[in-house]
Amino acid sequence: MKEKVDLNYYAKVHSTETFGTVDGPGIRFVLFLQGCHLNCKYCHNRDTWDMAGGEYKSLEEIYEKILRYKNYILPSGGGVTITGGEPLLQVKFLIELFSKLKNAGIHTCIDTSGMVSITDDIKKVLKLTDLVLLDIKHIDDKKCKELTGFSNKKELEFARYLSDNNIHMWIRQVLVPGITDDKEDLKKLKEFISTLKTVDKVEILPYHSAGKYKWEELGVKYEFENIRDATEEDVQLAKKILEIN
Amino acid sequence: MKFDEWNQFNEGDWQEEINVRDFIQKNYTPYEGDDSFLEGITDKTKKLWDEVLELYKKEKESEGGVLDIDTKTVSTISAHDAGYIDKDLEDIVGLQTDKPLKRAIMPFGGIRIVEKSCESYGRQVDPQIDEIFHKYRKTHNDGVFSVYTPDIRAARSSHLITGLPDGYGRGRIIGDYRRVALYGVDVLIEEKKNELDEIDVDCFTENVIRQREEISEQIDALNELKVMASKYGFDISKPAKDSKEAVQWLYFGYLAAIKDQNGAAMSIGRTSTFLDIYFERDLKNGKITEQEVQEIVDHFVMKLRLVRFLRTPEYNELFSGDPVWVTESIGGMGIDGRTLVTKNSFRVLHTLENLGPAPEPNLTVLWSTRLPEGFKRYTTKLSIKTSSIQYENDDVMRITLGDDYGIACCVSPMKIGKQMQFFGARANLAKTLLYAINGGRDEKTGKQITPKYEPITSEYLNYDEVVEKFDQMMDYVAKIYIKALNAIHYMHDKYSYEAIEMALHDREILQTMACGIAGLSVVADSLSAIKYAKVKVIRDETGLAIDYQIEGDFPKFGNDDDRVDQIAVDIVRTFMKKLKKHQTYKNSKHTLSILTITSNVVYGKATGNTPDGRRAGAPFGPGANPLHGRDTNGALAVMNSIAKLPFDSAEDGISYTFSITPNTLGKDEESKISNLVNMLDGFFAQTGHHINVNVFDRSLLEDAMEHPEKYPQLTIRVSGYAVNFVKLTREQQLDVINRTIHERI
Repeated sequence: MKEKVDLNYYAKVHSTETFGTVDGPGIRFVLFLQGCHLNCKYCHNRDTWDMAGGEYKSLEEIYEKILRYKNYILPSGGGVTITGGEPLLQVKFLIELFSKLKNAGIHTCIDTSGMVSITDDIKKVLKLTDLVLLDIKHIDDKKCKELTGFSNKKELEFARYLSDNNIHMWIRQVLVPGITDDKEDLKKLKEFISTLKTVDKVEILPYHSAGKYKWEELGVKYEFENIRDATEEDVQLAKKILEIN
Repeated sequence: MKFDEWNQFNEGDWQEEINVRDFIQKNYTPYEGDDSFLEGITDKTKKLWDEVLELYKKEKESEGGVLDIDTKTVSTISAHDAGYIDKDLEDIVGLQTDKPLKRAIMPFGGIRIVEKSCESYGRQVDPQIDEIFHKYRKTHNDGVFSVYTPDIRAARSSHLITGLPDGYGRGRIIGDYRRVALYGVDVLIEEKKNELDEIDVDCFTENVIRQREEISEQIDALNELKVMASKYGFDISKPAKDSKEAVQWLYFGYLAAIKDQNGAAMSIGRTSTFLDIYFERDLKNGKITEQEVQEIVDHFVMKLRLVRFLRTPEYNELFSGDPVWVTESIGGMGIDGRTLVTKNSFRVLHTLENLGPAPEPNLTVLWSTRLPEGFKRYTTKLSIKTSSIQYENDDVMRITLGDDYGIACCVSPMKIGKQMQFFGARANLAKTLLYAINGGRDEKTGKQITPKYEPITSEYLNYDEVVEKFDQMMDYVAKIYIKALNAIHYMHDKYSYEAIEMALHDREILQTMACGIAGLSVVADSLSAIKYAKVKVIRDETGLAIDYQIEGDFPKFGNDDDRVDQIAVDIVRTFMKKLKKHQTYKNSKHTLSILTITSNVVYGKATGNTPDGRRAGAPFGPGANPLHGRDTNGALAVMNSIAKLPFDSAEDGISYTFSITPNTLGKDEESKISNLVNMLDGFFAQTGHHINVNVFDRSLLEDAMEHPEKYPQLTIRVSGYAVNFVKLTREQQLDVINRTIHERI
């Protein structure tokens, strides 16, 4: 099966959540796609990394399933959010799915690290995307490499592309005590954000260790063992620096 | 009819006949605003409520949670002297006995139950009462067991059919208590006398004779109601003249019912909007302030929180937390398109803030997608804060029930004063399935319970064969079930007739035979496993199937997957059809509920391993819920699955208990409310019938288990009602904690 699958019409799915309320506006159908190329040390969905995992689902099946929730999605101003894993790794499928969703009048959203090259396919899918939840891993390039294994160059370029092409985004920053909460870094982040034209919202996501068990289940060492959860106080402090409320 | 008490009310048919709905429609003021007009608790209320809290504390510390019992007085409408919490502070008066939280004995249902209950709480029934009810006066319970057949007894003791009201009061009858306030008792007595004339007929059949006897008893009960009120210094023969009297008159009507009957559920009906008419009149005339109105409502609700019945520890094991189901139905839309929400709908809900959360009264919002936004937001805000509200689909029920129905117990709708039901507990369909596989032998004892059917002998279960045998076994269960219910309700009418509640009904009413099922999701998943995976049977040396091995995966109920959801739908339709084949007592209309209350724990305990992989003794899902942990696609997938269950085959209600953590509902207060409103709108638009909404973190419940003293008022919704979490048995607490609480990481 693996070799024969047409990636325009099939996606590797990790799971679905029918009542998503925190990944974009309103009530959202959240599709978790399988596979991620990053190695973020705090990942709370460690089980979505492996490209070989997950299950192939057809475009029809997923689309039909989403429509079953129209009665909740539409009146709430909600929509569909694709997350993962890194959803943009399955860009061809997203183009097909989003085309159908746009035709049905359903709001589309992608939750991404933006750490991809902006190919023609990516451009195509972004045209069909109402909102990008852009998770800036780290504004400091060196620290970003440490945290994720990758430079932040691509994601910052990605943000710039969204801004230049009038695509709306929410910037998200996972707040990890001792890792991403450095005052200077946050100031730098604020500066960067101020150069973008299409940022509707900046969200601070407090780090928590609730996803640790997933690492353990996979028999992988959790490097953030000794890092504490971010507190409400940490969040308020970061918000103050970023001048958001 | 003409009364000075009716001054300024708009005229209508209600003045020519007993017609409360017409009075409401002609006189009420819909309210489309928000909650900003509400008033907080007054000092007087606070003082009174503190006294009640103190009593609660004493009650909880008493043996078995029973503060006191009047073992010397057979409870009737007027048997006890007046009782007060603190006379000078009470706006609304009246208690079931002469002291608050002191329980009454009601032996007409069954003397043994009363004795057993008293003994469990360290007391003894007065010897003279014992003698009377053992020697001279037959009870409901005696009557039923004098006619039960061996097959009924076998089905009962094997828990194939359980929870039957053959040893306790059936309840689930709602008197139209509003009539007492609007008309006064004398008019109601006159009307009943007219009814006696109507059936002064030549063809004097058993049916006519019985009706005449019933109406005579109703007239006696109404006279007794007046006596009871007079003990509190009130003459309620005339209509209530102002709002305080309206509440008091109405409450006296209800109080008479709960002095007379220890019914499984003693619901109060749909009173808020009716009472609003009186409040509006007094407010308009400057006779009362909003603060005073709220105080009356708080005091009224406080009385409803004090309702207690004497019950055995076994009963509590089934329905724990001391529930009485004082269900008050709030809101809804009128058939003319106006909302039935009034300011008083808000005030009654506001008692959850003024007095704090509580399981009773069982506040039930009749939800329509067209309800005013302000009301939707207020109810959901309170749900998030208190987990004390349930919601039922007005848009679905209004079609057949009009706009003056109320909910009895948890999910049973009935037209107020025009409909009653014969409560029938439930049949255990999971056990029925196991009997189908074992040819009617019990999977736990090996005993032959039903007549001998051909058991399944193959190593692997074949779907078609199981379905065929299950169908036959459902035939058998339906037959025994209706036989038992006919016996029960015949005897209940004969020995423990609810005269005062029925006096507040029309003469010609719709009667339903309210059957129920337990274990729906277990059966659906079991059949799905047999159909889509391979299920191997493990038998003991006598050939009895005692366990199952599942090879492969299968669709599970609660994931919006039609392959299994359709199985559940078919079971409901099929069982309903089978019930309909059997003649019912008083030609009542067959209905069905998918509701277990908390008995899902006890039923599960009595049921062996099932082919879906559920272990012997493990609880069923409550009501129509999926089995704990089987739903993996989030809350809306569960809702879609449940909304597929057909209300037209389950008109007595389909219960869904939903729990979610605050953070999963949304990021901030504002979006939590919006998300819950939209969720409810969506669920009901998909024709879901009922939903209990709980918003809490699992850790809160775990802490409450360890430190109950910290959480005296912690309220949670279980199937169809709410409980004080700390009053649940440990087993039930664990069941609640282990349920799916929707959360995100």
